[in-house]
Amino acid sequence: MRALALVALMVLTGCGATGSDGAATGRITVFAAASLTGTFTRLGEDFEAAHPGVEVVLSFGGSAGLAQQIGQGAPADVFASAAPANMAQVVDSGGTAAAPVTFARNRLEIAVPRGNPAGISGLADFGDAEAKIALCAEQVPCGAAAKRAFDAAGITARPDTLEQDVKAVLAKVRLGEVDAALVYRTDVRSAAGEVEGVAFPEADRTVNDYVIAPLADAPNDAGARAFIEHVRSEQGRAVLAEAGFDVP
Amino acid sequence: MTSTRRRARGRLPVVLVLPAVVGLAFLLIPLVGLLVRAPWRTLPEQLFSESVGDALRLSLVCASLATVVCLVLGVPLAWLLARGDVPGRGVLRALVTVPLVLPPVVGGVALLFVLGRRGLVGQHLDAWFGISLPFTTAGVVLAEAFVAMPFLVISVEGALRAADPRYEEAAATLGASRWLAFRRVTLPSILPGVVAGTVLCWARALGEFGATITFAGNFPGETTTMPLAVYLALETDPESAIVLSVVLLLVSVGVLAALRDRWISGPS
Repeated sequence: MRALALVALMVLTGCGATGSDGAATGRITVFAAASLTGTFTRLGEDFEAAHPGVEVVLSFGGSAGLAQQIGQGAPADVFASAAPANMAQVVDSGGTAAAPVTFARNRLEIAVPRGNPAGISGLADFGDAEAKIALCAEQVPCGAAAKRAFDAAGITARPDTLEQDVKAVLAKVRLGEVDAALVYRTDVRSAAGEVEGVAFPEADRTVNDYVIAPLADAPNDAGARAFIEHVRSEQGRAVLAEAGFDVP
Repeated sequence: MTSTRRRARGRLPVVLVLPAVVGLAFLLIPLVGLLVRAPWRTLPEQLFSESVGDALRLSLVCASLATVVCLVLGVPLAWLLARGDVPGRGVLRALVTVPLVLPPVVGGVALLFVLGRRGLVGQHLDAWFGISLPFTTAGVVLAEAFVAMPFLVISVEGALRAADPRYEEAAATLGASRWLAFRRVTLPSILPGVVAGTVLCWARALGEFGATITFAGNFPGETTTMPLAVYLALETDPESAIVLSVVLLLVSVGVLAALRDRWISGPS
């Protein structure tokens, strides 16, 4: 009887099987980079399953845009950025409650439509005027990473479109509207079946650190820290690795 | 009569005035905010910077070309809807206005699936003529025309329905062909409607964002129009996003001012 009461108490206080996540309750709002859409949706569901009554609300977008929204007082608890620079913006304005940590790394890969109809074999094909090419605009992290790769390879890319985020680039490949694009390795994997990846040696130059931090104005500070702990747990690392991230 | 009306105007009930003022503020304050935040001192310099200039030029060219497309196709379409003896005209009229309420991004997706390289029609254009519309300036023009044409059609159709068809009939009895009657009698009589529709159509094309970015992509000098440039500038250079926004705002106000007689001053 006493044991039963104890269990009931644990459930009520949200102290479930994963007690290390702390006493997370209520709603946790997570702002995350668009390239984390798949993994964070999954992580959010896992977290909710482990913490009955907790609701994880995810808002995905470009890291710069999210940083700006946070700066303007958006009521977020956690910020997961695809670039340390965007996180630095929030840190500099005193927007974080703890130092950001790197929880994942991503690198670019060449994405081509299934069957690789244009026969793209490496970065050099991006300098070809005939091939239809989509890249991220240099202002967004995937575009900046692409620029590093081209600089390293000494290639002048001749893109046909510069999209605002990596998902828009991926969409153009999925639709077969472009012959090749540079997206994150995780994006290629998320569209497996429609899109094929082509590895290239300069990809090492495109490694992108993903950083996460709880926010200073978080309405749910305890929830924020518990969610970040979950992202960095064994379970969280497995989800990220499966999606194609390098997990430090 | 006039004195009673004036007295009635003096006794506007507070229940109406209060929300009206709030509504007015709600609509105007964001615009004022944009003007307040604008970097007026560096505005001319920013405006003539290469990237802004490129986007502005491209926007003006594309919106004007889209308007030409709309005029060439839209005026006859309006005529068909107003005067033509076609079955299901009511349904047709409703369908023509769909792009008015359709989210532009949906229009862009639809265009992509029809005219894209793998699209229904696009794959043949590509295979037979080597024409590929996405990521080209022509694609921007098409996306803008798709979104803006209903504005022209509605204006012209309304004017046609208000015009008296008896003049055309009279012209016909005097031996004019239908085409001649349309050109010499109908068109001049509905000219104000055509002009208003054209201006509105142009302004809508100028502001087009969703369909353009979905269908035509984004490349400086080729497909980056002003609204796209605003969106991207917000990522890195909010200052220039404001400059671009102010320009678009001024153009919009200019257009409405030009149409003042028709809409702003009302029926009086």
